[in-house]
Amino acid sequence: MSTPTLNQAPLHEYSGILGIGAYRPDIIVTNDDICQWIDSSDEWIRQRTGIVTRHRAGRDVSVVDMAEGAAREALLGAGIEASELGAVIVSTVTHPYATPSAASLLAERLGATPAPAFDVSAACAGYCYGIAQADALVRAGSAKYVLVVGVEKLSDVIDNHERTISFLLGDGAGAVVVGPAEQAGIGPSIWGSDGSRWDAIGMTHSLLAVRDFSATAMQNDGDTDDAAVAADETRLWPTLRQDGQTVFRWAVWEMAKAAKQALDAAGVSVADLAAFVPHQANMRIIDELAKQLKMPDSVMIARDIADAGNTSAASIPLATHRLLQENPELHGGLSLQIGFGAGLVFGAQVVVLP
Amino acid sequence: MASNEEILAGLAEIVNEETGLAPEAVELDKSFTDDLDIDSISMMTIVVNAEEKFGVRIPDEEVKNLKTVGDAVTYISGAQA
Repeated sequence: MSTPTLNQAPLHEYSGILGIGAYRPDIIVTNDDICQWIDSSDEWIRQRTGIVTRHRAGRDVSVVDMAEGAAREALLGAGIEASELGAVIVSTVTHPYATPSAASLLAERLGATPAPAFDVSAACAGYCYGIAQADALVRAGSAKYVLVVGVEKLSDVIDNHERTISFLLGDGAGAVVVGPAEQAGIGPSIWGSDGSRWDAIGMTHSLLAVRDFSATAMQNDGDTDDAAVAADETRLWPTLRQDGQTVFRWAVWEMAKAAKQALDAAGVSVADLAAFVPHQANMRIIDELAKQLKMPDSVMIARDIADAGNTSAASIPLATHRLLQENPELHGGLSLQIGFGAGLVFGAQVVVLP
Repeated sequence: MASNEEILAGLAEIVNEETGLAPEAVELDKSFTDDLDIDSISMMTIVVNAEEKFGVRIPDEEVKNLKTVGDAVTYISGAQA
């Protein structure tokens, strides 16, 4: 009996980013607003984080709503119809359903059904993880055009009275369309994880603790003692926390190494870059990373964090979108992007700006 | 291996570069946070630069115990041995 031969998808040599879009929600939270909740000052927050305001979304705006806004602009920029998408990837940690995914609903709203659609849970590295996958899908011939969205509604998972991370965070969405290109548009991805530091950034507790508390409350006919609830944090809605010192050290000195690897893998040096777009975690991380990488003055460094706060998976596409709007001459230039965050996880690549 | 005096001088140089504080202000009994007004992020930068300068490893959990400049000198001196 002869062995049948399989067809495999034809490879495509190059991929690139074809269009970019952004959605910034309209509630502006100032440092003075923050100081109603924590004992701090505008000056202290600016000095420690570089943040002046953050954008946050109202209760009626969902992760998928924001993703849709950014995606429509990215499709327009790429000049393709949603129906041409071969895959929809949404990177987020704040879509409030374990299943179904934000991506499948987004694909339906855009008119991309039946494109494969899935979410990526890689926190602040989520966008770079999405780009790594989109690049691979396009070049492997698995999809012609791939939509990658980084979106977060972090205001749903913060505790306003908490001091390690909540005051840094904002909401928003950024999206790009990745597709076949005539020349190399996405350098090799340097990505990875370090679960030995799983507890450096993350939620206060598991959703199972919320379930168990709800079950107890039901048994008591909903008769709960408010003071007891407040005293037992594990009964409450999970929110984010971080060990800032550990994260800072990792984000600067370990990520500088990853960023250098991404440059080496792409065969370029910092002098070849037009822009540097690190995850917008904290202005001091951005400054120290730029110093460690010896970024020349000719490289435009994204500092969107001052107005947008830290928007996790959305921060790199949002910051890139703004750089391009304010500096149209950057189109076609090289950008080093690096995301890093809860996991710990990281991803970096050099890309040609759309 | 650096002597305690050399470690102190080296630390003072690192603190000066990070914060602009005069090297003479960096004395053994000074608290990093209370006397020198060094925040947690600057402290990490100082720690990483000290690791490089003195060829030692200062783990994250150890940083919390380094309250004074003297604590840091003692730790680095011990770690070099």
